[in-house]
Amino acid sequence: MNNPFNILNKNTGTPITDEPTAADLAARIKNIIDSSDLVLFMKGIPDAPQCGFSANVVAILNHLKVEFKTFDILSDMDIRQGVKEFSNWPTYPQLYFKSKLVGGNDIITEMYESGDLQQVINS
Amino acid sequence: MAEIFNYVENKIKSHLTDAQVKVTDLTGTMDHLGITVASDAFQGKMLIDQHQIIMDILKEDLKEKIHAVQIKTMTLKKFNEL
Repeated sequence: MNNPFNILNKNTGTPITDEPTAADLAARIKNIIDSSDLVLFMKGIPDAPQCGFSANVVAILNHLKVEFKTFDILSDMDIRQGVKEFSNWPTYPQLYFKSKLVGGNDIITEMYESGDLQQVINS
Repeated sequence: MAEIFNYVENKIKSHLTDAQVKVTDLTGTMDHLGITVASDAFQGKMLIDQHQIIMDILKEDLKEKIHAVQIKTMTLKKFNEL
C-alpha cells in the first residue's frame, strides 16, 4: 500500500514472509529472532495490529524510523507458545534487539519515554 | 489493606530483602495488580531483567491468584528522589 499522503507515520515494519524451513521449533524461533536486528512478535501485522499494545510498540518504532521485522503470533500457535517459554516472558508483544528480548509494551514505552530505547537500538 | 497486597509485598521482600514495595488494585477486582518495587538488586540491570526478577518471584501466583500485573521497578536511590 503506497499512500503518498501518509508521510509522517510511515510503517517501517515488514512482516516476515520468507522464514527458512527448520527441523524443530527451537530452530524456527532462533531463525526468526536472528532474521533482523529488530524483531517484533506481535498480534497482527504493522498495517493492521490486532491488539492495542502491539499497535503502540509499532507506533513507537515507526516514530523512531527504524526498520524492523514482525512475526504475527496469531498465525502460528507453535511459535506463540514456544516464544513465551523461550524468553520466559508470558505476554505479547515482545521486541528483540540483536536476538535479545528488550521488553513488552510497558517496558518499551518506559524506555522510549526515558530515551533508553533510542540508545539501545542505536548501539 | 487487602490480604493479597500483604501477600505480594511479603513474598517480594522475602526474595529482595532491601525492597520497598507498593501494591495497588488496578481494576477493583483484586486480581489486576500494580506493583512498584524499589531495590538495589536492580542496579545496572536492563528493565527487562528487573521485571523478570519480579515475574519469577510471582510466577506461581500468576497462574491462579493474580491475573495480570503492571510492574514498575527502580533503584532505592531513584525511589528516594520521588
